[in-house]
Amino acid sequence: MNGAAIRVDLQLIADMVEPSTRALDIGCGDGSLLAYLVSFKRVDARGMELSQTGVNACVANGLSVIQGDADTDLGYYPDDAFDYVILSQTLQATREPRAVLRQMLRVGKRAIVSFPNFAHWQVRLRMVFGGRMPETVSLPYKWYDTPNIHLCSIDDFRALCRDMGVHVERAIVLNSKNRPIHMPPLLANLFGEQAVFMLRRD
Amino acid sequence: MPVELDDLTDAERKALGRCHRAVLGRERPLQLDCGVELGPYRVAYQTYGRLNADKSNAILICHALTGDQFVVERHPVTGKPGWWDALVGPGKVIDPGRYFIICANVLGGCMGSTGPLALDPATGRPWNLRFPVVTVADMVRAQAELLDHLGIPNLFCVIGGSMGGMQVLEWAASYPRRVFSAVPIACAARHSAQNIAFHEVGRQAIMADPEWKGGDYRLHDTVPARGLAVARMTAHITYLSEQALQRKFGRSLQNRNALGFGFDADFQVESYLRHQGSTFVDRFDANSYLYITRAMDYFDLAAAHGGVLAKAFTGTPTRFCLMSFTSDWLFPTRESREIVHALNAAAANVSFVEIESDKGHDAFLLDEPEMFRTLQGFLKGAALVRGLGDVS
Repeated sequence: MNGAAIRVDLQLIADMVEPSTRALDIGCGDGSLLAYLVSFKRVDARGMELSQTGVNACVANGLSVIQGDADTDLGYYPDDAFDYVILSQTLQATREPRAVLRQMLRVGKRAIVSFPNFAHWQVRLRMVFGGRMPETVSLPYKWYDTPNIHLCSIDDFRALCRDMGVHVERAIVLNSKNRPIHMPPLLANLFGEQAVFMLRRD
Repeated sequence: MPVELDDLTDAERKALGRCHRAVLGRERPLQLDCGVELGPYRVAYQTYGRLNADKSNAILICHALTGDQFVVERHPVTGKPGWWDALVGPGKVIDPGRYFIICANVLGGCMGSTGPLALDPATGRPWNLRFPVVTVADMVRAQAELLDHLGIPNLFCVIGGSMGGMQVLEWAASYPRRVFSAVPIACAARHSAQNIAFHEVGRQAIMADPEWKGGDYRLHDTVPARGLAVARMTAHITYLSEQALQRKFGRSLQNRNALGFGFDADFQVESYLRHQGSTFVDRFDANSYLYITRAMDYFDLAAAHGGVLAKAFTGTPTRFCLMSFTSDWLFPTRESREIVHALNAAAANVSFVEIESDKGHDAFLLDEPEMFRTLQGFLKGAALVRGLGDVS
């Protein structure tokens, strides 16, 4: 269990999690965020991952992870089972993002969501002037083999939260160098490459 | 009263000569699910390693239907290597240098623990079919009594595959505070209709053997060898996968170049099954086979908790790690997934790994590196939390 250096967006998420709490990381991949939370924050951290290879690697590293699908398997958990339910860079790949968010906020007292911003200026440029589906560092797929079927912009996500009556406790927008930027929403939606939101039920 | 431990079969005598035994239930008989009080009764068990000072390093291994307490060493009856020596032993994932490992022959078994072979204290005659029908929960109760007898308050881990996995689930449900971590492998929370059906075929084969004599074959000095062998042959098919049978045998012929146009074992697969059947008879008792298959048939953890499996695990402090194998059709992955969902509903700490293997249900007994890696990692994580130190 080595959690020394993790991806910047994962570090941001980890910083939002209070020590000695209980968290569920959906789409936990190789388990690096989980390992960090367990080692450095004494969090009772559990994971869910779609890929069996990812799950097996996590469990072999001593992490509590099951194979599961955000769209279908959150329903098995009871209300308020976790202090935090985390979904990093996965919301856009779910079949029903709205239902997944609803489940996250049922199962967890708070939800932490990170996603790529489809209104980033590079995306806009490629679309408007290139006339092709954008491929960028955070969206590296061809249109025909992308797992990202529900892409959204930061403003779209805020609108969904408003619509669902979900309270945004924190929103951090990162530029393409993975540095937090502090701008009014209109500009953040243009210059932010990805965003991390912490939500709770209103 | 004669302690009902004296009238032993040859196999039992050899087994008991090579393991420990405890006679329990003298003062307080075992309350069986069927309503009968059983006592005194004997538990034959084996241990490896040493219990540490704070008694926190005990691992209980639960054996499967035809397994027994000889996990590591050569079997005193068959001379074959221990059934889980790939996993347990010095330098292995479950290392006696680190853990105190216990494995007990199940209640109803025939390797030294009390079962239908034993004498009924009331009559002084062998129980045979008058032995009470025992359940997986009864087996676990007897194991808990054994731990009390050994002065072990709780277990660092309970682990087992198949019926062993059922016992692990029962342990976690019945004694949650005594089980720090639980590893049920290739099992289910209830025996399926198909599995009951296969068991019934096996039992009918035994009971159809004229030598079975209503279960009193020992009194007649006979053995229902044909029936028991057929039961084993049927069961053995369910432990393998179609791919594994095809890979191992295909349609290859046995010691001949052409079909024999008769009913000898023309095909290698037939010869293999016949061998499996006949060697099984040397080490296993037919009545025991009836009782233990029945215990598995009766297993339904949800039914015992108001029909809701999650209720079996409400508030459980135990850390779980489940494993299943892709080609296991006796206890397919979906059965494990059902347990995982129930554990999720109980907000339990659970890991679940499905392992790619073409070896069928038997995979849990074999050299499966992915299973070993998973278990190693899980035990390492659990040991850190338990304060057993780094076990990597």
